[in-house]
Amino acid sequence: MNWIDIGHIDDIPLHGARVVKTPAGCVALFRTGAAEVFAADDRCPHKGGPLSEGIVHGQSVTCPLHNWVFDLNTGAAQGADEGRIGTYPLRVEAGRLLIDGAAVGKRSAA
Amino acid sequence: MTQKLVIIGAGMASGRVIEHLLDADPGAYDITLFNAEPRGNYNRIMLSPVLSGDKTYEEIVTHSDDWYAERGITCRFGEHVVKIDPDMKVVEGENGHVPYDKLVIATGSAPFIIPVPGHDLPGVISYRDLDDTNAMIEAAAKGGKAVVIGGGLLGMEAAAGLKERGMDVTVLHLTGHLMERQLDEAAGYLLRKDLEARGITVKTQASTKAILGEERAQAVLLESGETLGADLVVMAVGIRPETRLATDAHLDVARGIEVNAQMQTSDPDIYAVGECVEFDGHLFGLVAPLYDQARVLADSLLDQPNAFAVKELATKLKVTGCDLFSAGDFAEGEGREDIVFRDPARGIYKRLVIEDGRLVGAVMYGDTADGSWFFGLIKDGADIEEMRGTLIFGPAFQGGASADPLSAFAALPPEAEICGCNGVCKGQITRAIETGATDLGAIRATTKASASCGTCTGLVDQLLAVTLGDGYAAPQALPVCGCTSHTHEDVRRLIKSQELKSQAAVWQELGWTTANGCHVCRPALNYYLLADWPLEYKDDPQSRFVNERKHANIQKDGTFSVVPRMWGGITTPDELRAIADAADKFAVPTVKVTGGQRIDLLGVRGEDLPGIWSDLNRAGLVSGHAYSKGLRTVKTCVGTDHCRFGTQDSTGLGIKLEKHLWGSWTPHKLKLAVSGCPRNCAEATCKDIGVVCVDSGYEIHVGGAAGMEIKGTELLCKVATEEEAIEVISAMTQIYRENARYLDRIYKWLDRVGLDWVKAQIVDDAENRRALAERFQLSQSVYRKDPWAEHAQDSATRAQYAPLANLTLEAAE
Repeated sequence: MNWIDIGHIDDIPLHGARVVKTPAGCVALFRTGAAEVFAADDRCPHKGGPLSEGIVHGQSVTCPLHNWVFDLNTGAAQGADEGRIGTYPLRVEAGRLLIDGAAVGKRSAA
Repeated sequence: MTQKLVIIGAGMASGRVIEHLLDADPGAYDITLFNAEPRGNYNRIMLSPVLSGDKTYEEIVTHSDDWYAERGITCRFGEHVVKIDPDMKVVEGENGHVPYDKLVIATGSAPFIIPVPGHDLPGVISYRDLDDTNAMIEAAAKGGKAVVIGGGLLGMEAAAGLKERGMDVTVLHLTGHLMERQLDEAAGYLLRKDLEARGITVKTQASTKAILGEERAQAVLLESGETLGADLVVMAVGIRPETRLATDAHLDVARGIEVNAQMQTSDPDIYAVGECVEFDGHLFGLVAPLYDQARVLADSLLDQPNAFAVKELATKLKVTGCDLFSAGDFAEGEGREDIVFRDPARGIYKRLVIEDGRLVGAVMYGDTADGSWFFGLIKDGADIEEMRGTLIFGPAFQGGASADPLSAFAALPPEAEICGCNGVCKGQITRAIETGATDLGAIRATTKASASCGTCTGLVDQLLAVTLGDGYAAPQALPVCGCTSHTHEDVRRLIKSQELKSQAAVWQELGWTTANGCHVCRPALNYYLLADWPLEYKDDPQSRFVNERKHANIQKDGTFSVVPRMWGGITTPDELRAIADAADKFAVPTVKVTGGQRIDLLGVRGEDLPGIWSDLNRAGLVSGHAYSKGLRTVKTCVGTDHCRFGTQDSTGLGIKLEKHLWGSWTPHKLKLAVSGCPRNCAEATCKDIGVVCVDSGYEIHVGGAAGMEIKGTELLCKVATEEEAIEVISAMTQIYRENARYLDRIYKWLDRVGLDWVKAQIVDDAENRRALAERFQLSQSVYRKDPWAEHAQDSATRAQYAPLANLTLEAAE
């Protein structure tokens, strides 16, 4: 684990998202509740849609291109669609967002 | 010859075994009955009323000492069984051995105690038998605080009983809603609300870390760090089969004592019955299957063939005043559909789960009268397709063997209540229909039926169909999405009538089933709220599709297209230069002329949007809203300025209209055009609203489309002046904004309400037309502005377009 401070939780709108750039493409950060955040791939496995632009509801996000819905806990596509996005450890400490650089690094190496 | 039968445990299951045996053949066995409790069989289900003080122990005894004595049963009550010796066929009690020919183990279950620190302190009790109940009654007599750990069935009963006895009660439950095994979230919510109304505190997602206290329990510490004072702690987290004797005797034991369908254990002379057994992977906690087992076991002991089978189970409970019922499998799943009935005013919730045309599950709260009927349908696997429309209203609404749900309605007596909110019965509604109220709106206006909570709308529809026959076209009544059972129309009406001014208010008051909606309902609610409460409601960007949140159209590669407004399709060399410069500066790959008479810059990166907007704003260009469910463009021809056929200044009117309407949000996109003569070069007759100029004035057409469907417009009216045209078009836009379903173009909405209705509202009724136009103007005082300038100039909003962080360096290291 290598926790990297990437910003403040209030930089992400409630029920909204932001992205973090990495060498292997963007990681999307989703804020689903006052103090509830998730990190996952910003790329929909269907047609590459930017998930950070989707509508965030419950603990899910809907891809803006073709309405695939992903559970942010598991990264699994919901309903009839089949696919999965990578999810990454993200935690909040005193309002600061900390992402696991090791997991993000592994992702770029893979 | 009389054989010796020993039974260990005098509970409800073994009690029933004894009754069956004595009924069938009183002389077959010489019975000895052990019971660890110092008493015989009583009705454990009735311990709750004993706890709450509604009944006494004496009232719930099923087998008294006399009863056993009269039947010659040797009772060894209050005596623990030490062990069973299957080889010698002897049961060893604390006070001596008893040999057996046949043995029945009916040891029931033991409460599960979570092994947190302090669980063994005095003042921590479980809730299982009369002794526990008496201990609670004794503790409650001193008053003070009680914490009940476990929000399942037993926990609910303990909490309700202790509250009844005057304690200050808090229920802790590990998961998100109470009784999650028997109830779904909505019913769990109602139960919680009922308990809270009674003064019981409920904490869900509360995990117990420790029970604190020196001499005895004084407080409960939660994982969250919260501490709750407690004079009494009741552990009601669950039960497990009591299998110790069977394990020691080397019988096959899994979670419970394993038995075959004859209730026989792995030792052919030893049987087991009740909560201590496991059959075919199932454990048993409700009384119905235990009684089935008792019947089978009695037959087995008498060498009668019989076999136990697991049946579908229903739970019908009454937690001191809260009626709840659940049966079958009510989890959501693929291929499953729900029928939901809610009456928020009366706290009633019913949900039926249907799979392959059959009822597979039911959850009911508040009104459980039809529970057993639904349970029968589940058990029988009955085909319910034919009565699907009225199924949720129960057997009273089914016409016997009738295949037609409508005939069930026809058969209802005139005094049958249809609308519970307003107390309207069938007779009143049929009279209203017969005197000319031939649609839902008219019935609401004349009788008030379905005019409050709206849940009886389906019934009123059916009555219209029954009474009017083929003359009635039933409306489609699909819910907005899976989060609610309400239709778009219901939601719009309720937002207005209940003055709901936030999404949270809508979710709560209309009983949304999800925490904060989904991608289908959120944009619709956001629109309805801003259209109905332009001054009070604040637009929520997170409830908008990306295009409307970012004020640009997302493309398949995640880049955006940017379309500045060109009023009425007129531009200038300066504007064109600014567009060209912006395209160069931001390396825009494609520049295209659109069908709406403007220029599209395609392939702009999301983070460049505020920059390109700033540049375009400097040249006076504003957002063209080419991405919105709102006013798009007003297309024009050149009209009298240049054209030899032009009858009016179509370009000028187009520009005036666009400047009047721009920025407004509508249920779907809104495209206009103004043609200067009937040659119609601006193609006004396939627009949502089109103006065709003629010598004597302006024809206003509505309901055209040239998208997935090609629709020609219909003539709304003809007016003489530009001012009148603008007022009619404002009123038309507003009446559409106020009434249409989200994502209905004008033509689709007109299919539902009819052009005549619209004409009556805004052509015939001048006052209403003016009021509509004024309401439109009021809304425009908030929304007629350039979102590009707002986003580009506000540094906080502008920042949202950039990545939060760039880890391309860190991660590479």
